[in-house]
Amino acid sequence: MTAAAPEPKENMGQPVPRYDAVVKVTGRATYASDMPLDNPAYAFLVTSAIAKGRIDRFDLDEARSVRGVIEIVTHENAPELKESKLFSDGGYAGTTIQPLKSAEISHDGEIIAVVIAESYEAAREAANRVKVSYTATAPSATFDSPGTTAAAAKGQNAQFKEDAKVGDFAKAFDEAEVKITAAYGTPTQHHNPMELFTTSCAWMGDNLVIYEGSQYVYGLKNGVAEQLGIDPDKVRVVNPYVGGGFGSRGSMTPRTAIIAAIARRLNRPIKLVPTRDQGFTIATYRAETRHEIKLGAARDGKLVALRHEGAEVSSRADAYCVGGTKTTTRLYACPNVDSLVSIVRADRNTPGFMRSPPEVPYLFALESAMDELAVQLNMDPVELRRINDTTNEPIGGKPYTSRSLMACFDEAAKAFGWAQRSPQPKSMSDGDWLIGYGCAATCYPTQMAPSAARVRLQRDGRTRVEIAGHEIGTGAYTVIAQTAADRLGVPLEKVAVFMGDSDLPPAPVAGGSNSTASTCSAVMMVCDQIRQRLFKAVMPDSLTEKAKETVGISPAPTTQAAKSDRPLDIEKAFDALGVGVVEEYGEWKPDGAPLDSFRAMHSGHPRLVGGHQMKDQIAYAFGAEFVEVRINRFTHEIRCPRLVGAFAAGRIVNPRTARSQLMGGLIWGMSSALLEATEIDERYARYVNDNLADYLLPVNADVPGVEVIMLSEQDDRINPAGVKGLGELANVGTNAAICNAIHHATGQRIRNLPVRLENIEA
Amino acid sequence: MRPFSYQRATDPTSAVQALSAAAASTPLTKATAQPLAGGTTLIDLMKLDVMRPAAIVDINPLAQGWSAIELKGDEVLRLGALAKMSDVAAHAEIQRNYPVIADSLKLAASAQLRNMATLGGNVMQRTRCSYFRDVSYENCNKRNPGSGCAAMDGVNRMHAVLGASDQCIATYPGDFAQALIALDAVVEITGRSGIRTMPFAELHKAPGNTPDIETTLQPGELISAFSISGRWPRSVYLKARDRQSYEFALSSAAVALDVQDGTVRDARIALGGVATVPWRAREAEALLKGQAFDDGLAQRVADAAFAEARGRRHNSFKISLGKRVVARALQQAVTMEI
Ligand SMILES: Cc1cc2nc3c(=O)[nH]c(=O)nc-3n(C[C@H](O)[C@H](O)[C@H](O)COP(=O)(O)OP(=O)(O)OC[C@H]3O[C@@H](n4cnc5c(N)ncnc54)[C@H](O)[C@@H]3O)c2cc1C
Ligand code: SF4
Repeated sequence: MTAAAPEPKENMGQPVPRYDAVVKVTGRATYASDMPLDNPAYAFLVTSAIAKGRIDRFDLDEARSVRGVIEIVTHENAPELKESKLFSDGGYAGTTIQPLKSAEISHDGEIIAVVIAESYEAAREAANRVKVSYTATAPSATFDSPGTTAAAAKGQNAQFKEDAKVGDFAKAFDEAEVKITAAYGTPTQHHNPMELFTTSCAWMGDNLVIYEGSQYVYGLKNGVAEQLGIDPDKVRVVNPYVGGGFGSRGSMTPRTAIIAAIARRLNRPIKLVPTRDQGFTIATYRAETRHEIKLGAARDGKLVALRHEGAEVSSRADAYCVGGTKTTTRLYACPNVDSLVSIVRADRNTPGFMRSPPEVPYLFALESAMDELAVQLNMDPVELRRINDTTNEPIGGKPYTSRSLMACFDEAAKAFGWAQRSPQPKSMSDGDWLIGYGCAATCYPTQMAPSAARVRLQRDGRTRVEIAGHEIGTGAYTVIAQTAADRLGVPLEKVAVFMGDSDLPPAPVAGGSNSTASTCSAVMMVCDQIRQRLFKAVMPDSLTEKAKETVGISPAPTTQAAKSDRPLDIEKAFDALGVGVVEEYGEWKPDGAPLDSFRAMHSGHPRLVGGHQMKDQIAYAFGAEFVEVRINRFTHEIRCPRLVGAFAAGRIVNPRTARSQLMGGLIWGMSSALLEATEIDERYARYVNDNLADYLLPVNADVPGVEVIMLSEQDDRINPAGVKGLGELANVGTNAAICNAIHHATGQRIRNLPVRLENIEA
Repeated sequence: MRPFSYQRATDPTSAVQALSAAAASTPLTKATAQPLAGGTTLIDLMKLDVMRPAAIVDINPLAQGWSAIELKGDEVLRLGALAKMSDVAAHAEIQRNYPVIADSLKLAASAQLRNMATLGGNVMQRTRCSYFRDVSYENCNKRNPGSGCAAMDGVNRMHAVLGASDQCIATYPGDFAQALIALDAVVEITGRSGIRTMPFAELHKAPGNTPDIETTLQPGELISAFSISGRWPRSVYLKARDRQSYEFALSSAAVALDVQDGTVRDARIALGGVATVPWRAREAEALLKGQAFDDGLAQRVADAAFAEARGRRHNSFKISLGKRVVARALQQAVTMEI
């Protein structure tokens, strides 16, 4: 066992190497734009240089004269497309702003023309030569910009149903012995997955194949079909590997249907590879947020009142919001809680999911405020969490299915050396560097969605699993292969997994950290169908009907007959059945999934359940993060030499891939505290640092020490796989831990991210 | 990117010939033919459609003669313009006798870039001003003379507080040039009429009313070498930046001192990340000469270095940061063991 492949603890699978390790390391993994096309034409986008106004005129003469140009599509000659509603309103789209429909511009970098040429180079050159005359009107860029409008999220976003409340906050806060009121802010961020937002479309007669990195092939297939007005069964989305998503590929962007329609018109496959900076405006992003937190506590640290008010930016067209108060109002025991989320509309592209969408900004505010409260109480921040730890969430009183928050705090504190911290701010240093220690809680809802799978077993043990899941770099192939191998009792090397293709049985969106829980539960169920067929074939007829029901799948077989046939002798069973191959298809849905779940699953609507929306219980994964920051006395440069996190997330299917997710999360969390921010030129409502040199991401030298601890946790109340999901767990709370550590190092409380050296006072 | 012709230089004369095509009045950066060294600036700017040369003259074949690192007669260091940043940074003699040079290179860009990039290309690198690099902004006087300056009242955290004009506030981004200007380097230029030399301090031009003219080089002129007299073992390059590697300076200081018996005999200070051109702080240096060093003096010197500085909305912090960087670099140089 190595650091990368930790020793499995109780209720953890083996840290087997990644299923796709070799193809990835050797460059043989084919991403969407690697897919060979027959005689393709190439598309290059022209995007708007203004955020609001209209296009007066295109001058295309120079562009058309570039050799190899086939066509230039603008709003004047664009193919007609039907509208798709926003995903939260029952549609598929991540934005309802449909480019190329009219001369109106509604955000910076909106697609205003598509140049099609015989080569990528010609398309790009011609795009550079397109001249556009605009009439610009003054746009509203963000919070505080003139012309924005604000209103409560409830009532305008169908998925935001309630502003959580309980007890009498106002009175309790008024009477509280110790109080905190503080305002926090988080910046705009862009996902910047390595793989650009490419799309290739090829028609074969009436059938369309789309190669595009997607986190939801069924959603994209159905959405594009809707926009093109064709039967979804004629559309196939293929992407065996996705070069990172982080939420940016969860819902349909307008580019796909546009490229598909142009390919149909030209009767030629088309390949679009947009640029990095275009990715900032043709897809979604994490919008900037603002928060006000009020905490009231008794002298002993017990919370008596908590209020969280959040505001988020969205586009004029769409009321997107993340509404993280659903989590922050339920994390700690507190009898009097109030909350409010509002949306501020500006002239921007529509924001969307980005890794832990609600928790990253909202827990930053809450976990910073908890630290402020600990300081005011003169109490160890870990102890403050312990005092307010709870088994039931305070809003509805529902029990957590399992909750290892304090166990995580204790393990991480020990590994970190928290006991060596001298609590006084500004009391630790090393040469030129002030040292600060800080910590924060992290959590993420456990979510599941209906999923189907097909499994085929051969007599020699070779197994083929088919499921339209998504390998966005998380290890999905690996954990599915492990699950099938374990369940069928076949060697891992004999399992082949096929994913990333909408012709396969539907899987949910790879979002909300539901993939492992959902796909593995479905694969387990279908493997069990196979086991049952095989077991039944070799079971004596004398078996009772009841025993037959559970034969092969009961975790603790009771009858002697059932016991005697474990492990399953596949060859014997095949002989008894007299077949060469056993194949099963099945559809699994989590408890509490709505009635229309399976229909919705096939038509590209994921129907996620879990978190606080479960009926009699609430399910979250938890963790605790500790960081050391160092601040240079002279330059005020802020570095983070150590990040230590302990996490408990139910069954860990593969400690290697899990650790990798958690490690990446910690690094991203650090990045969201100290580096990442999309800068907006407020005069123009335009993104300025839209490239990977100026949009700061950590480099290796920024993360010399990252330690991931996984706690053993068993939770049988969530889903058959016992998996809570952890892809979005570790990048929550890190930002608060870092600001808490900065306070410890300097005595200065910083409430707006990212923290840069100019924010540190002398 | 637009189509261009590509030509490999065979010798300095043919390279210069091929590059001389443009009319003498054309600013160098708009000349139809551009030399290609490591390409890490030029190709980027061509892809971004900022630079649109019709011809590229690849000067890498001249490396044989133009990439040497020589210590002549013990007292003159000569660096060929095609020497790679990484080779110079790793050179033991340079690390020992010119730490300010080695560190200015080692702390720049990334390992991959340093392996590609050359010294000549490095000093000629162009500003990272986001508005300059994004042609969808019309208003950039450097790119589009007379069009205005989007950065002046825009996002200008990275911009200059020294040497700016009301036409342009773009920062000269490089690190190595600060070491060169501090050490009174001489630049050797190969042109149509042979080789000429001039102080490195005369290579770059402050923006003034012509921010599109960045250097005093003419089309058809190539930097062939840099030379530095004397040794500077007591020298430091201190760089403050947002991340620990692979990032331009928010503020940097190249400092070289000659200290004998506690008295500063000679002092050189250059500032990076804060000025429109490689920036020598001569008034500040003058305060040091002949003085006994202490922290109070370091502070006064640092104040003097930024006496003329002017901040804008997002970059004012660079004035106080710059002073702290200068003072700290001086302290480090004074106390270093040589
Ligand atoms: C992401 C990124 C980060 C970076 N970070 C830093 C940093 O922290 N610090 C830093 O100092 N630099 C940094 N750089 C800039 C990098 O150091 C320069 O791009 C590089 O040094 C340029 O050298 P080159 O040989 O590649 O030049 P090229 O790109 O080939 O040329 C640059 C320019 O100089 C001209 N030119 C080239 N050679 C000569 C010559 N001999 N005579 C006359 N003109 C010539 C070219 O025509 C061109 O206009 C960074 C670059 C990138 C892309
Ligand atoms: S600072 Fe200079 S380079 Fe930047 S926009 Fe202004 S004129 Fe252009």
